[in-house]
Amino acid sequence: MGGHMTAISLNHVDIAYDGQRVVHDASFEVATGESFALVGESGSGKSTVLKAIAGLAPEWSGRIEVLGQPGSHRPDRTLARHCQMVFQDPYGSLHPRKTVDAVLSEPLAIHRIGGQDARVEQALADVGLDRRFRFRYPHQLSGGQRQRVAIARALMLEPQVMLLDEPTSALDVSVQAEILNLLKRLRRERGLTYLMVTHNLPVVSFLCERMAVMNKGRIVEIAPATALHDGAFRDPYTQKLYAASGGA
Amino acid sequence: MTVQAWLLDDSPKSRGQAAAGRAYRVTLDLLRNPLAVLGALIILGLILTAIFAPWIAPESPVGQDLSNRLLPPSAEHWMGTDELGRDIFSRVVYGARITLLIVGLVAVISAPLGLLIGAVSGYFGGWTDRVLMGITDVFLSMPKLILALAFAAALGPGIENAIIAIAITTWPAYARIARAETLTIRNSEFVAATRLLGASHTRLIARHILPLCTSSMIIRVTLDMAGIILTAAGLGFLGLGAQPPLPEWGAMISRGRSFILDQWWVATMPGFAIIIVSLGFCFLGDGLRDVLDPKSEGKS
Amino acid sequence: MTLLSVENLAVSFPTSRGRVNVVDGLSFELGRERLGIVGESGSGKSMTGRAILRLIRPPGRMTGRLSFEGRDLTSLGERDMRALRGARISMIMQDPRYSLNPVMTVGTQIEEALWVHERLPRRDMRARVRDMLEAVRIDDPDRVARLYPHEVSGGMGQRVMIAMMLIPRPSLLIADEPTSALDVSVQGDVLRLIDDLVRDHGMGLILISHDLPLVARYCDRILVMNAGRMVETCNAGDLHAASHPYTRGLLAAVPRMHETRDELPVMDRSAWAGT
Repeated sequence: MGGHMTAISLNHVDIAYDGQRVVHDASFEVATGESFALVGESGSGKSTVLKAIAGLAPEWSGRIEVLGQPGSHRPDRTLARHCQMVFQDPYGSLHPRKTVDAVLSEPLAIHRIGGQDARVEQALADVGLDRRFRFRYPHQLSGGQRQRVAIARALMLEPQVMLLDEPTSALDVSVQAEILNLLKRLRRERGLTYLMVTHNLPVVSFLCERMAVMNKGRIVEIAPATALHDGAFRDPYTQKLYAASGGA
Repeated sequence: MTVQAWLLDDSPKSRGQAAAGRAYRVTLDLLRNPLAVLGALIILGLILTAIFAPWIAPESPVGQDLSNRLLPPSAEHWMGTDELGRDIFSRVVYGARITLLIVGLVAVISAPLGLLIGAVSGYFGGWTDRVLMGITDVFLSMPKLILALAFAAALGPGIENAIIAIAITTWPAYARIARAETLTIRNSEFVAATRLLGASHTRLIARHILPLCTSSMIIRVTLDMAGIILTAAGLGFLGLGAQPPLPEWGAMISRGRSFILDQWWVATMPGFAIIIVSLGFCFLGDGLRDVLDPKSEGKS
Repeated sequence: MTLLSVENLAVSFPTSRGRVNVVDGLSFELGRERLGIVGESGSGKSMTGRAILRLIRPPGRMTGRLSFEGRDLTSLGERDMRALRGARISMIMQDPRYSLNPVMTVGTQIEEALWVHERLPRRDMRARVRDMLEAVRIDDPDRVARLYPHEVSGGMGQRVMIAMMLIPRPSLLIADEPTSALDVSVQGDVLRLIDDLVRDHGMGLILISHDLPLVARYCDRILVMNAGRMVETCNAGDLHAASHPYTRGLLAAVPRMHETRDELPVMDRSAWAGT
């Protein structure tokens, strides 16, 4: 699946929860190697789009493609090898009774990949965690360390596409800086494609190249991240959001 | 490095050490609760009594000696003798084996059954949930003892059938608890993350959801043990459980009923045994609840 | 004039390694001004807010001197303290959804807040509630008063909370992360509202937050906390000239809207772990 120009494409996608439509007619494309942000406030449907791509929001219609492969309505084993997700809450995304080692071995066990020991050690090193964290339980880790473990887990299957759901919004600013640096470095080293959901415009400015702004379930504007430098947005909602976020 | 330092190491070097460390911490927490320790000691006592019954009991539990009928407690017969001249202390000691057998088998049958049904029901939801919980509710809506009585009567009297009857009546409560736990776990992000890794439903339930339900299950089963012992005793009392001459505590009380006014010890001694063991399980259960509760985890 | 003075405040909790001070020797004075307490999680900033109201539950323990409007808070009995809470010092918590009673209408809850401290005829109460809801810029106070908490949005819920906290006319308001559960576009409105009300009523404000730039925008003075201790205090306007490396690190770690840095500066925690 190497040579696709488009990593993720959505074409007129509607998404519903319990029969109620929450995302209307979403269309955008993310190029391979690009870092793309979905920006909006709570209830805008931005996280729902991410879940639909991952197969966690089954009620959608339209066309979703990930690396040329049509999207599925449930999590899919083949998709798992190419596309992984990092969640918002570092406290909720790790099993409370499993050690870091168990969490990182799980994807390898599911896909029957050998050499677990070496791979787990390598993964820890890649996300900047010391080896002594390997057999700790989540409650022995700080929020930032947990989020590193969650990122390491997502990378275990060596995916090309990463879906990031507000990966730093639950963290302190100084920890957020570390995680953002980590995400940036990993993308550079591995040529990853990012699709990140966030409400934080400065984070977009740091990590992303393009952004789609969502409001009430619709994409109102797609703009380059450089628009954040001068506020060159045409949609009134985007302008309002920009001003409220402290943009000049 | 001392064993304790190895167990409390913040950065374990292996899976085994991590698991042992966790177990050690739980034990330490448990030891801080005096009632739980008392409960644990009582249950340990029960287990040891059951194992070493032949060495502890001065006489055979079934050996009759009609010349020594209905003797009050004395230095020779600590708990007196019953209407057939059997030493009540020896019978109570051997009765520990039966009690332990009942308690153990009921737990082994009903807890995993309830756990599995509840977890499957909660995880899949929809029709699976409605059907499984419908069945569960049918069982729950009937009084436990009456239901056990009905099953024991239908299956015929005997200790094995009593165990089956009790197991059939206890699993629905466990299924309800497991389902409630699963519902809260099902939508958590770590389940979503594991699904995205490509894990099958079976794997998710078995390796991620069930382990989280087990601690509340252990607590609940321990607390229920008292009730199970009482139900077994009740069945024995009504003649539907263990059959004579087996020294089952409930059956012993039943036999002693006829002499309760003049020879009080015949019914009272096994009654004490039931009360003490039930209390032991309750204390331990309460202690375990404080230690194992997943909500309190991570605060230490 | 000094409204509140805190002297050598310490709050400790028992852990497996003995008692640990989560607030450790904090001293400051507050007049009728807006003070921002900034710190990361675990810095003790929220505990400071709770300690001022003497809301530290056992096994937590607090020591030090607190005096408010000339009264020594540490010597007050629980009964007097209860009369003081809400009436003279109010607190706004992070998420309105957890702070409001789900089975009471918004109007009743605000009335309740007033009733506890002031007995007024029913008609006057209604009028006060109405005025208060208008003061927190709710356009349709009569309708909103009849709503239940789940029927109002996050921003509206927080306004209701503010109305509830300010209706007994306290002289000090403690706001603990009042907007971090809200969307950015609502955050500004709520903070401006708090700001206006505090000015109009001549109250003191303690704004507790992890967001340094935000606090700088809405406060007169800033107190930066780390590991239970005060790291630095300065006027909001002089924040850019902050001297302590921790404050500077916090400021630099925030991504900017026109970000050009390839890497965000990361703090070396070990450098001041001991200070």
